Amino acid sequence: MARKLLLNNVHIEGIHNYDVYRKNGGYAAVEKALKTMSPEDVVEEVKKSGLRGRGGAGFPTGMKWSFLAKPEGVPRHLLCNADESEPGTFKDRYLMEKIPHLLIEGMILSSFALGANQSYIYIRGEYMFVLRIVEKAIAEAYANGWLGKNILGTGYDLDLSIMPGAGAYICGEETALIESLEGKRGNPRMKPPFPAIQGLWQRPTVVNNVETITAVVPIVNEGGDEYAKIGIGRSTGTKLISASGNVNKPGVYEIELGLSVEEFIYSDQYLGGMKNGKRLKACVPGGSSVPILPHYLVCKTANGEDRLMSYESLADGGFQTGSMLGSGGFIVFDEDQCIVRNTWNFARFYHHESCGQCSPCREGTGWMEKVLHRLEEGHGTIADIDLLWDIQRKIEGNTICPLGDAAAWPVAAAIRHFREEFEWHVNQPKESQIRNYGLVADKSFQTENA
Amino acid sequence: MSEQIQKFTITIDGKSIQVDPGTTILNAARMIGGEVVPPAMCYYSSLKGSGGKCRTCLVEVSKGSEKDPRPMPKLVASCSTSVMDGMEVKNKSSEKVIDARKGVVEFLLINHPLDCPVCDQAGECHLQDLAFEHGVGQSRYEFERRTFDKVDLGEYIKLHMTRCILCYRCVYTANQLTDNREHGILKRGDAAEISTFIEKNLSNDFIGNVIDVCPVGALTDKTFRFRSRVWYTKPMDASCSCDKCNGNAVLWMIGDEIARVTARKDQYGEVKEFICNDCRFNKKEKSQWNIEGPRKISRHSVISANHYEREIPKHTVLLNKA
Amino acid sequence: MENNQRIELPQHLLDEVQRVISLFPEGKQKSALLRVLHIAQAHFGWLSVDVMDYVARLLHIQPIEVYEVATFYSMYDTQQVGKVKLEVCRTGPCMIEGAENIVNYIEKKLGIKDGETTADGIFTLKTVECLGACGYAPMLQAGEKFHEHLTEEKVDALIEAYRSNPVANYMGENQNG
Repeated sequence: MARKLLLNNVHIEGIHNYDVYRKNGGYAAVEKALKTMSPEDVVEEVKKSGLRGRGGAGFPTGMKWSFLAKPEGVPRHLLCNADESEPGTFKDRYLMEKIPHLLIEGMILSSFALGANQSYIYIRGEYMFVLRIVEKAIAEAYANGWLGKNILGTGYDLDLSIMPGAGAYICGEETALIESLEGKRGNPRMKPPFPAIQGLWQRPTVVNNVETITAVVPIVNEGGDEYAKIGIGRSTGTKLISASGNVNKPGVYEIELGLSVEEFIYSDQYLGGMKNGKRLKACVPGGSSVPILPHYLVCKTANGEDRLMSYESLADGGFQTGSMLGSGGFIVFDEDQCIVRNTWNFARFYHHESCGQCSPCREGTGWMEKVLHRLEEGHGTIADIDLLWDIQRKIEGNTICPLGDAAAWPVAAAIRHFREEFEWHVNQPKESQIRNYGLVADKSFQTENA
Repeated sequence: MSEQIQKFTITIDGKSIQVDPGTTILNAARMIGGEVVPPAMCYYSSLKGSGGKCRTCLVEVSKGSEKDPRPMPKLVASCSTSVMDGMEVKNKSSEKVIDARKGVVEFLLINHPLDCPVCDQAGECHLQDLAFEHGVGQSRYEFERRTFDKVDLGEYIKLHMTRCILCYRCVYTANQLTDNREHGILKRGDAAEISTFIEKNLSNDFIGNVIDVCPVGALTDKTFRFRSRVWYTKPMDASCSCDKCNGNAVLWMIGDEIARVTARKDQYGEVKEFICNDCRFNKKEKSQWNIEGPRKISRHSVISANHYEREIPKHTVLLNKA
Repeated sequence: MENNQRIELPQHLLDEVQRVISLFPEGKQKSALLRVLHIAQAHFGWLSVDVMDYVARLLHIQPIEVYEVATFYSMYDTQQVGKVKLEVCRTGPCMIEGAENIVNYIEKKLGIKDGETTADGIFTLKTVECLGACGYAPMLQAGEKFHEHLTEEKVDALIEAYRSNPVANYMGENQNG
């Protein structure tokens, strides 16, 4: 039976309330840490756990924490990134909605570890109903002495509050989030300086994803070594996966990293297979920005090995034949879906969300959307496909923040793996408006269906 | 403390220089001068916080430093990346840089109206220079371009947003030169625009400087608009005594008339001493100025056309007549 | 033009504004801007220039700082909208689950297009990008509420419900608890 560390109590009636949460072992980690551990001990356990950022980049959390500058007399801050906006991702919402106290407990532990006394959760504005749940939980935590002055009589003070965004994907980028929390437009900052040196109000700041912060609770409860035993290789612990698309059971799942992709898609414990008996066409395994995989690269790597739900295995083959675990936004496409249409849809998203600060992203995302729309509508040319390739290539790596890459990768991957489908839209413009192309013309597939 | 500050050595396209720690790659390149200097459309040395946005100054760092010689994985904005000791940088010697820069020029131009024939900035436009030196002849953009209505920002300044490349310089200028900024960047993405939102008149004493910092013809001087192509005017260094600014300016003359007044720009087009609105817009009489002499204009600039320093070979004259 | 006199939040919301400001260190009251704009929009229905100027005064910042922010974030309305905004997600996962059909259905039912408001001023239809409900697609947001697994029947029901009680845009006032 797969272990659950975050969602193990999610089924308990009323677990969003303080009393129920507490009765089921809640805040034990705070008691343990504040009474028996030093901040350095907590950092050490997180380092031992091998925990990596769950927001998308997968950077080792313990290492990120160790970069935090600690100049004398300057307050430092922990910010929780709850701006979950990557298409395909809705796990943080689930966590906060169902077990808000787990996040608060994680915030106390992480703030204590970092020596922060004033921490904030920045939640996307569209999740206002979740904000109210978390805010109520924060009030309960204050009322029961887990927040405020002199927590548990240990002399540690922590103020925690939650602030909304107002509709901007870019604020999931950590420096844009900081700008937004300062009451400004969500324009990412130039780096360096990194937030660990100059973040919120120019003070040293750590920004961590919701899931990352909640994972600190089981790490403190059970120890970093225990946590690291779960998973595979450098992908330790459990990961929340948000599954959507043409599967029988979309939703949020906690998996042990290392689970096979095949089992995740097809077993009844997880997604229960493809809906309506359709065949798998493609999968975006880590949120809209990561490269799309054609069906023959979803369950197997290019080398024929089983593809696993881990940072390494999903990335196996690089961008040529692999993808990324990303935020765990797992989008499944069946044979009826049009890749050109979907790529256009994602391009429109990134165009809509570009902050407009730097020229390649501001101008390039809109240009890609227009060319893709033309192709999708059957008015494109073969040269358009090459043009798209060139535009994405000139955006990627040349922008201030990763939004440029996020906009470029899905376009590049779609052309890389589905070029024939793009060409079909050009060569069969009328037909492409009536029906979809179907499955990618993979050689192995063609022979088995010949 | 009389301790000598350790200098950092940086090599750009094979040319080395020693600079103070904290110097950016771009500024180190400017100290070397010439071909190694990357173009910059948004960075402005006298405006704090400017830079990083246009991406024209991207360079390749082929060696990070003496201590950590690994190359940087991506091209970096030279205007906002500090020099490390032993750093090696490729500007024009990097294919990647040339290619990326072509891309940036194309991006900057897809929504630009290319109305140079009727634009007052023509002849002193950084985007023109950039496109000429770093772009390709033809655009692959086939869609409708973004347009905006022209707006009066008060008595003296015209905003032609369609031409704007969103360098943010005018916003930094207002932030740093005036007490209460009244214009800013509204909306986002490719819909972003410079605006006051409420069609407010910009009235601060120093707000006229937004015209000088604008790299394109988005902000122009209403007292000069459509009066003359800039290369038909004669730039003269001049000064006046002014209680608001230092009064050091350039007068752009047509015959005996002062057609326009601007601040003095250096070889990178940057104003080091900003001037007040009074000097810029209201002192249009020669008697109000002490004229120092003709302003030296770089030979590469079209402004220096018709201002010959040497005798002209005869065949050139003939060609011009033909 | 609205009368400046009338632009004032009621006392309980002013208290809420003060509470939000107090969550930040002294002198950092600008950090409260996004949340205060949400409060103002919920109360006044949309962010007119007068409302934004009022918010600027509440936070002791320049009006342009408010305009810059209000026009950057997609949730703020600087044009008048209906009492209930129906915001239908149209991004990838929702699209493949039929978001376009839902949009078409609402357009037909209400006789308005994307971005328009019904003549009675009750509904505004807006297509939006990913709202984080991909596994429960298709979906729309009305005020603070997410309506998921949409079908035409569900759309009928929710439009009926909002028509008789059009308060969905009011955040923080009527929906606490």
